[in-house]
Amino acid sequence: MRVVVVTRSTPDTAAKVQVGADGKVSWGDAQMVINPWDEYSVTEAVILKENQGVQTAIVAVGPEVHNDSLKQGLAIGMEEAFRVWDDSMEGQDSLGYSAAVAGAIQKIGDVGLLIMGKELVDTVSDAHIFQIGRKLGWPVLGSVFKIVEIDFNARTIKVERLVEEGKQIVSSTLPAVISVLKDINEPRYPNFIGIRKASKAVIPVWSSADLGLGDSASGKAAGVRVTGYRNLPARTGSVEIIDGATVQEKAEKLVAKLVEEKLI
Amino acid sequence: MSGVLVWIDQFKGRALPISWEAIAAGRSLAERLGGPLSAVVFGQGIDAVAAEAFQYGADRVIKSDDATLADFRLEPYAALLDKVIAGENPSVVIAGASTRGRELVAASAADAGAPLLDDVTEIVVDGSTYRAVHPVYAGKVLSDVSAATDDLHFVTARNRAFTAPEPQPARSGEVIRVTPVLSEDQIATKVVRFEETGRGTVNLSDARIIVSGGRGVGGPDGFAPIRDLAVALGGAVGASRVAVDNGWIPYAHQVGQTGKTVSPDLYIAVGISGSVQHQAGMRTSKVIVAVNKDAEAPIVKLARYAVIGDLFTLLPALTGAVKARLGK
Repeated sequence: MRVVVVTRSTPDTAAKVQVGADGKVSWGDAQMVINPWDEYSVTEAVILKENQGVQTAIVAVGPEVHNDSLKQGLAIGMEEAFRVWDDSMEGQDSLGYSAAVAGAIQKIGDVGLLIMGKELVDTVSDAHIFQIGRKLGWPVLGSVFKIVEIDFNARTIKVERLVEEGKQIVSSTLPAVISVLKDINEPRYPNFIGIRKASKAVIPVWSSADLGLGDSASGKAAGVRVTGYRNLPARTGSVEIIDGATVQEKAEKLVAKLVEEKLI
Repeated sequence: MSGVLVWIDQFKGRALPISWEAIAAGRSLAERLGGPLSAVVFGQGIDAVAAEAFQYGADRVIKSDDATLADFRLEPYAALLDKVIAGENPSVVIAGASTRGRELVAASAADAGAPLLDDVTEIVVDGSTYRAVHPVYAGKVLSDVSAATDDLHFVTARNRAFTAPEPQPARSGEVIRVTPVLSEDQIATKVVRFEETGRGTVNLSDARIIVSGGRGVGGPDGFAPIRDLAVALGGAVGASRVAVDNGWIPYAHQVGQTGKTVSPDLYIAVGISGSVQHQAGMRTSKVIVAVNKDAEAPIVKLARYAVIGDLFTLLPALTGAVKARLGK
C-alpha cells in the first residue's frame, strides 16, 4: 500500500515577492523551494514508510520547475516521483488541479493515504485538498497535527485535528486524505547521499491524455481566471516613536493615541 | 437560478462572527443578482443561531437539526449542502473562510463541478462578471480574479475583510427544515472526543486586537505580561514562529506564513523583529504597534507607533495605563 504526498515548488519564504511594471510576479533571485507546508507532509510520509513498511510516492502538477520540489522529496526519502503536466493545463483553477491530482492518484494505484501540506503558499489556498478528496470519494481530515493510530491492514486512521475552538480527535477509514500542520513532526532535510540519488532520478511526466482526464484539468475549463496581480497598498505614513521621560509616560502616551484612534 | 445561500459556521450552538461577515458579502451580491438571501444552518440545538441569522439580515433560514450534524464532519455536511443547493438552485453559495467554511465550500464546489472564488477580501458583480481579490504568495501580493455570473458559483470570504451588519433584533422570517442525506452508519468519520483549548480566550482570526510575542519575550514566562495586556484590551494572544518553535507557546497562536493570517484593527508586536514571513501573516492589520528594544527592527518601519525599550517594564506599564483608561 502507498502513501502519496502532493507538492509543488514555491518561491523561498524569505523572498521579497513583487509585481513588476509588466504586471508579472517576481521574486528576484530567490530560490524555488518545496512548498513550506510540504516539508511536514513529506516527513510524515517518510516516517510512515519507516514505521509501517508502506511505499511512498510524491506528485506535482505543473511545468518542469516543479521537478525541484519532487527531487527534494526524493532526497528526503520518498521513493517514487511523478509530474503531471501538458500545455493545456496552463491556467487551470483549483478544480482542474484537483482533477489532475485525483487522476494521478488513481494511476499510481493502491494508495491508502494522501498527505497534503496545510496549504499552498503561492496560491494561498487549501481548497484543492477537499476537492481532491471529493473527486476520489475519500474522507478528508484537515488540519491534522498528530496521527494517533494508523492501521493500513485494517484500513483505519485516528488523528488529532486543530480547529478554531480546540482539539478534535477523529477516526476514519482508509483510503483517506489528510492535511497536516507544522506541529505534526520535526521536518527532515535532505542529506548528501539523498541529494545525489535524487539528482539522478528521471521523473515521468503524465499528460491529461495519460490520465484520461479529457479537458477536466485544462485551463480552458477553468471557471475562475486570474486577470492580474497587484502589489499590496503601501502602508501610509511613517512610524511615530512614542517618547517619554519614564516608562509610565511612554505607556500613557501610547494608550492616549490608541484611544484617539478609537482602537481601544 | 436565483438567490444567495450563506452557510453559517457555528460551534456547539454559537455562531462564529465570520458568518455574519459572510452575510454582509452575500447581501451585496444578492442586491445585484436578485433573489433572497438564505442562511443555511446545520447542527444540533441551533435555534438560537437560526434566530440570530435573521437578525443579521437573512431573509430565510434553511435549517437541519440532527444528531449526525452535532459536530462538523465534511461528509454529512457536504452531502446535505449539495442537496440544499440542488433544491434551491442559487446563484451563489458563500461562507466565511473559517476552517470549516473553507472545507465545506471547497468540497461542495467540487461535487457541483462549479467554480470557487476562494478566500476573497473583496467581491463585486460587474455586469455579468464577478470580480474578486484574493491575496497570494503568502499574502505578499494581491491577485484579481474573475468569473462569469451565468452559473452557480461558490465563494469563501476572508476573516474581517467584510463588515458584519448591525443586528436588528426585530427581524425574523420563514424557517425551512431539511433532513440529512447520510445516516450515521454511512459516515466514515467519527468524532472520538473534543478538547477545548484556551476556553474563554479570543479566537485569533476573529480578534479585533492581538498582542503578539516573539524572540524578545525570552521564554514561556515572558508571555505572562503579554497575556495580561491582551486580557486588559479584550484581545487575543499571538506569537512569532521563533516563540512557537522554542516551545514557549502552542502552535495555535502562531501568526505568519506557517501560522495564521490575521487582520485585526490593532496588532501589538512585542519583541518581534518582523521577518518577511511574520509580516505575511499580519501586515494587513489596520494599526500596528511595535514594542521593541531595537529601533532598527523591520517591524518598527511597518508600525504606526513604536515604543523602544525593555518590554518587561513597558508591558506592565501599558497594561496599567489601559486599565486606568478603561476604568478597570
